[in-house]
Amino acid sequence: MNSREKILERIQKNQPPSSALPELKNEPSESSQSIQKFVRSLGNIGGTSIDAMSWNEIDSHLRERFPQSTRRVSLIPQLRSSHENGDLEKDPRMLENVTVSILAGHFAVAENGAVWITEENMGDRVLPFICEHLVLVVHASKVCESMQDAYELLGSSNHSFGTFIAGPSKTADIEQSLVLGAHGPKTLTVFLLHA
Amino acid sequence: MAAEKTSGSPTPDHATLAEKFNKDEPRVDWHDETLWFIRKKRDKAAWQIPEWEQLRELASQIKNNVLSNLHSYLLEFEKNARDNGVHIHWASNAEEHNKIVYEIIHSAGIKHVVKSKSMLTEECQLNEYLHSKGIDVIDTDLGERIVQLAGEPPSHIVLPCIHWKKEEIGDLFSLHLGTPEGNNDPQFLTTAARLHLRQHFMTSRLAITGVNFAVAETGEVVVCTNEGNADLGVQLADVHIACMGIEKIIPKRKHLGIFLRLLARSATGQPITTYSSHFRRPREGQVMHIVLVDNGRSDRLASADFRNALKCIRCGACMNTCPVYRRSGGHSYHYAIAGPIGAILAPGLDMKKHADLPFASTLCGSCSHVCPVKIDIHDQLYKWRQVLTQNDHAGPMKKASMQGMAKVLSTPSLYASAGSVFRWLLDNLPFIINNRLNPWYRQREMPEPPAKSFNKWYSENRKKNE
Repeated sequence: MNSREKILERIQKNQPPSSALPELKNEPSESSQSIQKFVRSLGNIGGTSIDAMSWNEIDSHLRERFPQSTRRVSLIPQLRSSHENGDLEKDPRMLENVTVSILAGHFAVAENGAVWITEENMGDRVLPFICEHLVLVVHASKVCESMQDAYELLGSSNHSFGTFIAGPSKTADIEQSLVLGAHGPKTLTVFLLHA
Repeated sequence: MAAEKTSGSPTPDHATLAEKFNKDEPRVDWHDETLWFIRKKRDKAAWQIPEWEQLRELASQIKNNVLSNLHSYLLEFEKNARDNGVHIHWASNAEEHNKIVYEIIHSAGIKHVVKSKSMLTEECQLNEYLHSKGIDVIDTDLGERIVQLAGEPPSHIVLPCIHWKKEEIGDLFSLHLGTPEGNNDPQFLTTAARLHLRQHFMTSRLAITGVNFAVAETGEVVVCTNEGNADLGVQLADVHIACMGIEKIIPKRKHLGIFLRLLARSATGQPITTYSSHFRRPREGQVMHIVLVDNGRSDRLASADFRNALKCIRCGACMNTCPVYRRSGGHSYHYAIAGPIGAILAPGLDMKKHADLPFASTLCGSCSHVCPVKIDIHDQLYKWRQVLTQNDHAGPMKKASMQGMAKVLSTPSLYASAGSVFRWLLDNLPFIINNRLNPWYRQREMPEPPAKSFNKWYSENRKKNE
């Protein structure tokens, strides 16, 4: 008998009588305050949110903040005119010199400032993690209240890789002093698009 | 905390190690206050969620369901993960786990790997094993890298170097990373570590991660970090090995909505970790392995008294709140997982070696009170004490004193005279009790002995009232 069979046999023998799964509420929380709450939550964890009325507004904001000399990679079709588009190198290591990654999030979560993004919107899976600065764009209508609502929205999504990103990469391992930019992006900006 | 020692055990016990930690009193105070500060952040975060107690109850019920259906959930997870193109391995114990991981590394011709935080690999002592096989393992979590450079195990499951001061980390980095001597600024030191570890991310072809949750329904594993080190490691590697205890399974993806609301708030008071990454299929061209590890868990499942410890989601809240942990330090527990949860997990693996740990507690119950999955930690500590004593692991001092006490309490004539003997002793020969050989006397003032026993007082007063 191999380890798999031995382990499974022991578990079957030892597990207690079945205890029922609890019912989870399914209806999403209704709140008119979700956007404000998201803005507050994101601010508390070191991120920045900016309200934008159009793609043009985002574009000019980015052009102002990140000079031409830096490597700016956008995977958002509407934001390709002035930034390098998603024709990325096959080797993810070649993305080490990316200054800013500009990606579209699927939705945001008010209670903790997180944004859900899957591989389809990343270009390369390493792009949200390897850059110096991360910019995410989310439609303002796509802000849900809690993580429970978030998984209702996610449903049976068939993503191969997806992640909730809440703020810039950070650590407080040295005497509990918060430092932004541990290994990943040093800043996170979320544009809430009201168009 | 009596100073008894498990006979024949080469590891110093908790009390001895705690005594060492306690020599530097200002440092103990600092350690205590730092952890209490994190406990307070946890409270603040929890109180902002009106349904917090319902969430704890739901999480507890989901975990109860998992433990009672683990067999079918593991099969479901295995099938779905395989369908996702992931290689699944099963390990009965730590040794087998280490061998499996080594074989994967070795057959890929790799000598240098990065690893993000995984308490399971600490439990299995994977680093030591791989090192003995000539594999270089770099821990990429900043706190873990610090203790790794120092040649120490982590002292806390979430905050591995919570016992280190920035000046010491400055010295350590100066020695190993060549930072200028005397620069102890956390921002500066973190930047130095970022540059140092970035090189390792860029050159390692294999990344090992732990697993916070594994979803049976989808076959995906979820890994939570603040630094992004798990993601950076995995996304730059050709091979990803995720190591998990079999109890990490949850039934459905939507249950993550409960656990991710509880985990970071309980751990550090954050609303969520920066990254909660869902690995379902390997990236193009990558090979992904998941190692499912038993190492005593399936045996633990048989015990009604102790199986609940398997519900643990490794948040560390019980450590931050524990008055004994805060004042004795993680290393005094001489096990990969310190604090109250470690003290109920460790004796299940090796009763003799860890017999001292369930006694390293005041049984105040604060651990159970903050546990996000409602593990009855302090009850289990109490039950372990009974099991250990019945199995002759309580140490000769404790055993002799308990037997003596049992004799006195079960013999009325002895009980009646014992009180007056002790009162006389405290009055006339106090050094018999107040001496350094009596561990109970250390750091304590003995009470003033009462003038007479309650029995005597009662019979006198009763006469008066008649």
